[in-house]
Amino acid sequence: MSTPIRVEGLSKRFGEFEAVKGVTFTAEAGSITALLGPSGSGKSTVLRVIAGLDAPTSGRIWMGDEEQTFKTVQERRVGFVFQHYSLFRHMNVAQNIAFGLSVRKVPKHDQRKRVDELLELVQLSGFRDRYPDQLSGGQRQRVALARALAPRPEVLLLDEPFGALDARVRQDLRRWLDDLHRELGVTSLLVTHDQDEALELANRVVVMHEGSIEQVGSPNEIYNDPATAFVAGFVGSASVLHGHVVEGHVQFGEHRVGGAGHLEEGTEARAFVRPHDVRVFAGDRTGGSLEATVERITTLGWLSRVMLRLPDGQVLTAELPNDELEGVELGARVWVDLRRARAFQARDAVTAAIVADG
Amino acid sequence: MSTELRTPRLSGSARRLLVHGGFTAIAILYVAVLVVAPLIGIAWAALRGGLSTWTATLSQPDVVHAYVLTGIITAITVVVSSVLGVVVALVVARDRFPGRSLMSAFVDLPLAVSPVIVGVMAVLLFGRGGWFEPWFSARGIQILFALPSMVLVTMFICIPFVIREVVPVLQELGVSEEEAASTLGASSWQTFLRVTLKNIRWGLLYGIALTTARAIGEIGAVLIVSGSITGKTETATLYILRAFDQNHDASGYVVALTLALVSIALLVGIEVFKRREERKLRT
Repeated sequence: MSTPIRVEGLSKRFGEFEAVKGVTFTAEAGSITALLGPSGSGKSTVLRVIAGLDAPTSGRIWMGDEEQTFKTVQERRVGFVFQHYSLFRHMNVAQNIAFGLSVRKVPKHDQRKRVDELLELVQLSGFRDRYPDQLSGGQRQRVALARALAPRPEVLLLDEPFGALDARVRQDLRRWLDDLHRELGVTSLLVTHDQDEALELANRVVVMHEGSIEQVGSPNEIYNDPATAFVAGFVGSASVLHGHVVEGHVQFGEHRVGGAGHLEEGTEARAFVRPHDVRVFAGDRTGGSLEATVERITTLGWLSRVMLRLPDGQVLTAELPNDELEGVELGARVWVDLRRARAFQARDAVTAAIVADG
Repeated sequence: MSTELRTPRLSGSARRLLVHGGFTAIAILYVAVLVVAPLIGIAWAALRGGLSTWTATLSQPDVVHAYVLTGIITAITVVVSSVLGVVVALVVARDRFPGRSLMSAFVDLPLAVSPVIVGVMAVLLFGRGGWFEPWFSARGIQILFALPSMVLVTMFICIPFVIREVVPVLQELGVSEEEAASTLGASSWQTFLRVTLKNIRWGLLYGIALTTARAIGEIGAVLIVSGSITGKTETATLYILRAFDQNHDASGYVVALTLALVSIALLVGIEVFKRREERKLRT
């Protein structure tokens, strides 16, 4: 039940448009691997090519020791879950789940047994005679998952499975999928543009941008140790400070932040600072090295987001627990300390900065 | 010109109601005058003579033969144009190739061309000196003034109905269910039978009903290619034409009413079935 997926040098062109440019990665057996990227990054195309729904322009695909590149979609034994469910609208829940078994001529009795098993697994036992349009979005996606799992696929491919659901249902389903995966241990590849989803569910994250891979790593590595400016900007939020490299620091105005030891002295650079890595000290200079003015405060529940203007005009965003807000008010002068920053060469950072702003 | 504001005599909602009511009345009147009135007229004319006219008409061998011939032509037309219609619809809705929009325009051509012209085209192709005539006559196959040409022109005229009903359904469906079926291991044929065909069935049935009704009622093209030989190439509609020519009006009305009833029964029947199934799905 667990087979690794290996993709090598995969490219896909649609006419003039190069959707995927030589992508190579492995989804370990029994793990959840997330393909994370903004829309248009080619992640869904990679998934469709692995499933056999689209043919690659070049590159090879393996599941375990078996090359899949030239197999038809039917031969690949993948379970595919679509963003918009794609349930068979004229079949009821039980018929939908049984479809993959009945086209393979599994005896009726065994079909029934497997359907019952899966209905229980996705907690929809009372719904076997309902039709898709009588179900909620979350229920439909659970049926779609049961349908994909019914023929015992070697791998499970999920294309933005929660993309069409509202936030609450999404949270619930995410947790539920996590549990389900622990139980089944089927190799899963999850395409998503939602970083929280990728970081929470996946063992490994493959970050894609404009058809290429930016970074492959654990959720921790992706978040705390982004390899490129794009990853730093796309995964998690970050303020971008523009400056020059001076002695391993990014210098802007009279201030500097660390994290640029790997960059060439004197070049232009961008420093990425996570909002929770910004410490704010109100009142007299009791700590902190940068002076700033509070421009805007928005509440996020137990946290508040504080927009700070630095003396050279750049903007820095901080997130503070509400009880640390004392003295931090609109127009107030405060002192700021940056716990950590990641610096990248300016030319690499341009696209990332755009993403970070959006 | 007075600059003084006139108070409207009717409030906005009353005016909307009036306009709405007006449109409804026009629609009802239009349908009543053009569809219902002729139907009632024909029914009245056919039933006026009483049962004896019916038995007299329906026992004539010519009439029986005409019905059978219409039935044969209709059956062949329906089968061929459903199968090929679905194929063409799939190509038009799904495939992207140069000339696709030209092809979908050509599909509608039979609706724009008078059936008489269709008949003339068939004569040009299969009549004496026609392009295909030498090949067929060398093999002793009679096309013109025989069943083949009658089926051919009827099929031509009926091309658009299934295609026009099925294409929009296919376009709205998209390919997602078919893709899902293929990832679940279904072959293309299994996917077509169990997913696509199931999803287009109402459009297809509606197209078949329209095709049937049109095939039963066809006269212009058939008149030209058949030669209207009584007891041989005379369809039900051609019989009606001859009945009026020869002052057997009562028989003409009887046959006309039966044909009209078949067509109406088809359309109403499909609507009823569809509603019943939809109700079943929603409860």
